[in-house]
Amino acid sequence: MNWVKTLISVVVVIALLYVLNAMMSKGGFFGAGIDDYTARLLVFIAINVILATSLNLINGFTGQFSIGHAGFMAVGAYSSAYFTVTYGKAVESSFGFLGETVASSVVLLIAILIGAIVAAIAGAIVGIPSLRLKGDYLAIVTLGFAEIIRIVILNIDAVGGATGYQVPGYANFLWVGIFAVLTVVVVRNIVKSDTGRALISIREDELAAEAMGVNTTRYKVTSFVISSAFAGIAGVLFAHYNKFLSTNDFQFIKSFEIIIMIVIGGMGSMTGAIVGAIVVTLLPELLRNLPPIQVGATVFQFSDLRLVIFALILILTMILRPQGIFGTREFSLNWLRRPRKQNEGTSAVGADVGVPEAQQDEAKRITHDEEQ
Amino acid sequence: MDTFVQQLINGLTIGSIYALIALGYTMVYGILRLINFAHGDIYMVGAYAGFILATSLGFAANPSALGFGITLIGSMAIAAAIGMAIERFAYRPVRKFSRMTTLITAIGMSLFIEYLFVFIFSGTPRSFPQLIQNENYTIFGNATVSTTQLLIFVVSILLMIALQYTIFYTKIGKAMRAVSFNINSAKLMGINTDFVIAFTFAIGSALAAAGGVLTAQYNPKIEPLMGILIGLKAFVAAVLGGIGNIPGAVLGGLLIGAAETLVVGYGSYIGIPSTYRDAVAFAILILVLLVRPAGLLGSNVQEKV
Repeated sequence: MNWVKTLISVVVVIALLYVLNAMMSKGGFFGAGIDDYTARLLVFIAINVILATSLNLINGFTGQFSIGHAGFMAVGAYSSAYFTVTYGKAVESSFGFLGETVASSVVLLIAILIGAIVAAIAGAIVGIPSLRLKGDYLAIVTLGFAEIIRIVILNIDAVGGATGYQVPGYANFLWVGIFAVLTVVVVRNIVKSDTGRALISIREDELAAEAMGVNTTRYKVTSFVISSAFAGIAGVLFAHYNKFLSTNDFQFIKSFEIIIMIVIGGMGSMTGAIVGAIVVTLLPELLRNLPPIQVGATVFQFSDLRLVIFALILILTMILRPQGIFGTREFSLNWLRRPRKQNEGTSAVGADVGVPEAQQDEAKRITHDEEQ
Repeated sequence: MDTFVQQLINGLTIGSIYALIALGYTMVYGILRLINFAHGDIYMVGAYAGFILATSLGFAANPSALGFGITLIGSMAIAAAIGMAIERFAYRPVRKFSRMTTLITAIGMSLFIEYLFVFIFSGTPRSFPQLIQNENYTIFGNATVSTTQLLIFVVSILLMIALQYTIFYTKIGKAMRAVSFNINSAKLMGINTDFVIAFTFAIGSALAAAGGVLTAQYNPKIEPLMGILIGLKAFVAAVLGGIGNIPGAVLGGLLIGAAETLVVGYGSYIGIPSTYRDAVAFAILILVLLVRPAGLLGSNVQEKV
């Protein structure tokens, strides 16, 4: 009866997203509406969930530190935008007999397919040579590739170059939400599968994994390509929701922002990435609402301090809780259940009852010193 | 030919700055195996410190060599103090954790400095006062070299000689080499490793600040995010030369500087528009890491299991 459960959850999720989407439209949903500001925030949360979850696959689960995620997002955004700007109208009119909504959805889905494929190809091109490197070298090479991608796009006049690129707005919250959920489900299933076990084994000890017969290069490239494809999808959705693209949206700082999301949430935790994406998207908005402080003649706005506070949070997280909020654990309702009573003497005082044994080592792993 | 010489002079000017910054990266990496992402921002802090010193002490109004010297040394001292503070409060607490943790801390530190400066000084660029009378000298026919360029060459060479002397002929230099060789053994031999690491950050930061003030004489526009790109390029220079290797950092810096200006000058002949200037360093980095990961002067280290 597993498929019934799946079917029910799919229907519930889509219905929920549909209702939210309807609430964002002009008429609202039976009178209940969401204002444009909140709507925009929700969309960006969903896009950031896609980005954080997909980056988590490579950084958190495979343990390969990539800081060029914005580059793949840019590839997806620009390639799909080129498609919709050039052929969008034609495709839409040829599917016009199905009604306006279906026709524009078809265009968006084709755009997403294109963005994902092109970003995946870019991921393969970047990943195959650079995943031979480890640690900080890999980090700096992915950063370099992302910057090269950005500079190349900046020099293509067909997509607007430095002036920016106007994109038709095919995306709405329904699609962004569906793809956010889809990303989470796909990444979760990958992690739970044989492939995921192999990826985690690479993270834990690459040499040991190789000795156990895991084809580490293949798995690393696979996870990098999948991760890039999802970053591409996030880019497509961003492009078609924002309706305007500029290469400034895809600078280092964007990659760092995604890193901050998964680091705060806990690298290697699905729920952590989602929480991180929500925190990083909402925090600047919360700061905006704080009253300004006055020092002497100058008035400081907290919203200008957004990135300073992010940076401080990042540093403090690293010092106080390097594994992030969740570490590699997942949030689950089991946490709320009381552990069953055990016979006295079987467990030490303060033992992590209810947490699987494999996860108890996590704290030790994080503090393990790699030096020498 | 004249323009080639001119391009080369300009390239080596930028290259000397890259080299100065690359030295800090390479020393810190040699000792802590940490890419100090905040190093590029120390360069920016140095430029701002120089700007504040020069304007508040009135050197901007009447340019003199003395004013320049005081500005340079003052900003180097300020940057050294800030570099040590960063090491003490951000990097030391996470040193015992994994290398990814320290790397993320460094990224956080870099963002912190950048946006703190944006907050304090606003993002609009400022104009750094000219502290030395600038004149152009003609050499090799049409090529010219300005006083500022000569100043950059002379000061960087002097600083590099001073660094080389410190590392190879002083006690603290010996300690630095020992720590970079093996930090635990150095500790067992009675070396105060915390002090040596702090000292390394101080020297590296001072060199970066010198780079900042010198660049500001060459290109007077300073802004809080100016350190990001130049820092990354200097890091590339350090990797190109062989990270952890001091002559390598200088060689790498000069090569990257020359390569960049040559791409701007001649790239259009081979189909690379000059707008790709900023991509050159990264392309070089990727090639180097894929072909010779240890860099030009670095030695291959076998991984221990």
